[in-house]
Amino acid sequence: MSKKVAITGMGIISSIGNSVEENFNALIQKQIGISRLENFASKHVDEIKVGEIKLTNEQLIEQLQLPENNTFTRTALLGAFAAKQAVVNAGITDINAFKTGLISSTSVGGMDFTEKHFYEYLTDDSLSKYINSHDAGDSSNKIADYIGLTGFVSTISTACSSAANAVMLGARLINSGKLDRVIVGGTDALSKFTINGFKTLMILSDTYNQPFDDNRKGLNLGEAAAFLVLESEEMVQQSNKKVLAFVSGFGNANDAFHQTASSENGEGAFLAMQKAFKTSGLEPKDIDYINVHGTATPNNDLSEGRAIARLFENQVPDFSSTKPYTGHTLAAAAAIEAVFSVLAIQNNIIYPNLNFETPMQEFDLIPNIEVKSKEINHVLSNSFGFGGNCSTLIFSKN
Amino acid sequence: MKAVYINGIGSVSIQDQDIFDFNFELISDLSDVNYAKHPSYKEMIPAAMIRRMAQGVKMGIYASQNALNEAEIEIPDAIITGTGMGCLQDSEKFLRAIIDNEEEFLTPTSFIQSTHNTVGSQIALRLGCKGYNFTYVNGANSFENALNDAKLQIENDEANSILVGGIDEISDYTLKLLKKIDVIKNENSSIDFKNPTSIGVPFGEGANFLAISSEKKSNSYAEICDVFVQNKIEISDLKQTVSTFLEANKIDLSQIDVLVVGRNADSNFNEYYTEMETLFEDKTQIYYKHLSAEFDTASAFGVLLAATILKKQEIPNELLWNNKSMSQANYVLCYNQYRGKDHSLVLLRNC
Repeated sequence: MSKKVAITGMGIISSIGNSVEENFNALIQKQIGISRLENFASKHVDEIKVGEIKLTNEQLIEQLQLPENNTFTRTALLGAFAAKQAVVNAGITDINAFKTGLISSTSVGGMDFTEKHFYEYLTDDSLSKYINSHDAGDSSNKIADYIGLTGFVSTISTACSSAANAVMLGARLINSGKLDRVIVGGTDALSKFTINGFKTLMILSDTYNQPFDDNRKGLNLGEAAAFLVLESEEMVQQSNKKVLAFVSGFGNANDAFHQTASSENGEGAFLAMQKAFKTSGLEPKDIDYINVHGTATPNNDLSEGRAIARLFENQVPDFSSTKPYTGHTLAAAAAIEAVFSVLAIQNNIIYPNLNFETPMQEFDLIPNIEVKSKEINHVLSNSFGFGGNCSTLIFSKN
Repeated sequence: MKAVYINGIGSVSIQDQDIFDFNFELISDLSDVNYAKHPSYKEMIPAAMIRRMAQGVKMGIYASQNALNEAEIEIPDAIITGTGMGCLQDSEKFLRAIIDNEEEFLTPTSFIQSTHNTVGSQIALRLGCKGYNFTYVNGANSFENALNDAKLQIENDEANSILVGGIDEISDYTLKLLKKIDVIKNENSSIDFKNPTSIGVPFGEGANFLAISSEKKSNSYAEICDVFVQNKIEISDLKQTVSTFLEANKIDLSQIDVLVVGRNADSNFNEYYTEMETLFEDKTQIYYKHLSAEFDTASAFGVLLAATILKKQEIPNELLWNNKSMSQANYVLCYNQYRGKDHSLVLLRNC
């Protein structure tokens, strides 16, 4: 990469906390956010566990101080919550003072409201105001309005890798001087749509998810939003701002194997990581920690593990999946894991891969299972999604 | 910084395939809802696959393959798509099944195909393209977001040849909902582009793709100079926004030869187009949504037309908005917004 892209602020809401600090404390105290579904009714409530944020939409609306006639869906509410935090954390007071953008990402968009009112929309006029809140771009426009931003607003949807691609685009736009700073991340609410979708694919676990375990049974769905403020080096120098970490590398590739399954050898994942190393100028031996995608589905962990083993050869660094804490938060996953990666660098800490018991038979990759302190300079974070979308980000201390 | 050229186009729209040959003989008047005229897919896609394939995927594969063929690109370095609503038919189908069957007896096919990036990934799968693959879902400038990214890729030497396109499909139930809230015109409403008197738009669908490259060819359509997207603009700021955009490209308003506007016969939000008309009143202006109808990525159809105008150096009367004819087109500017939001500017140059 020609220039360094600084991270100067972060905001997050997930099932393990409503702030960066709460999330970090939960991570190092092994407090998981996986529970039974409470916010809406589902036939599958007793068969699944989810990473649900225990705030109702009404409570979120109150915290955000939105007017009563607002048309925010849960996805937009969570996004606004996290984006605002990130902006405040970065010390931004006049959001439009520089060339500032917002790049959000979501997979469900306003589906949580659409599925609730689908047939009623035709008959109940009082609900009509929500009809236009369905599309993904609507949530981003609402988040932009909430933080007062007029400018470049974009939304990416590449399923479970979406937010990684938002970070990537943000870094590229800063690198090429198109923007001075950009708020990047993702937001996804739990919905019946995704619960039933993953259920039909038979990749939902009926218990706590166990990434990289030989007996893993699938994933727990979760909901979350996280945003990071990226700024150019010039902006940081001007303001003398504290830099939390840098985005130092990124790569996106397509597995081109199957619409929902990853190839057995993880070709797309391998290519994404390879590209990330190329843009960063780093080598595999420089990586101190990998925050793996690690969804705990049989297919993902095997494919990702093989790609990691191939790329890092015999020197696979410490790695763990944080999905046992938060569940798989789909489009938001890479954003919350970007926050976790930055926190790992700031605190020189590696998180445990909870629920791990039995090594996988196919290779000898053992995740880190305890809270571990060590100097962390570079973290690699993977995210993969339906459609063969594979994304890798590298975060660095300096 | 490398220049970016349009070397191939492909489209499935509510018109016949020869619309980009400027054959307007079979153009029919728009209705409130206008469905795509599907070409024969069987020459391109095996029959067994056609049946299973989502409509947006079929349209996307057809349009994108034609763009690649024309540009003589076998496998592009990157595939970047935009879609406002995504694979709506499958989303609706899966959602209906969830509600109607109370979360039981579901099959995964429609869920799998409901993901927003289905078209982009199906194109990649079919081509065996392992490169960069992004899908933008930012309402009415989803396509311009994709184009902006594609241009950046080529300028920064991240890719040399890119497939970029916009896809949106009509789905029956969403159609009813959009009619209920007057986003789409009532079936009895007049459709008057020149002097809109009813609210809502004549709705449509389609897939529009460009094959772009750093390489200029003898049959290149145009150079893409710049792309701009913004979430909202006050009408009073529109002039300044356009001027700033053009200044950044070292030209001014007077150098624009043709303005391509996204007029959509909606009496609401029409003031943006009126303001643009005033800014460029002595210039040739064209409109196109009387041919494409309106949907989130309809503006891609406009960019394809703009590119075709530059290549042919010809503007058919069917496209002319005002009576200003044109002798030589060097710069063409496309402007679009939808419901006052998701504004975009695309600047093309003769090459």
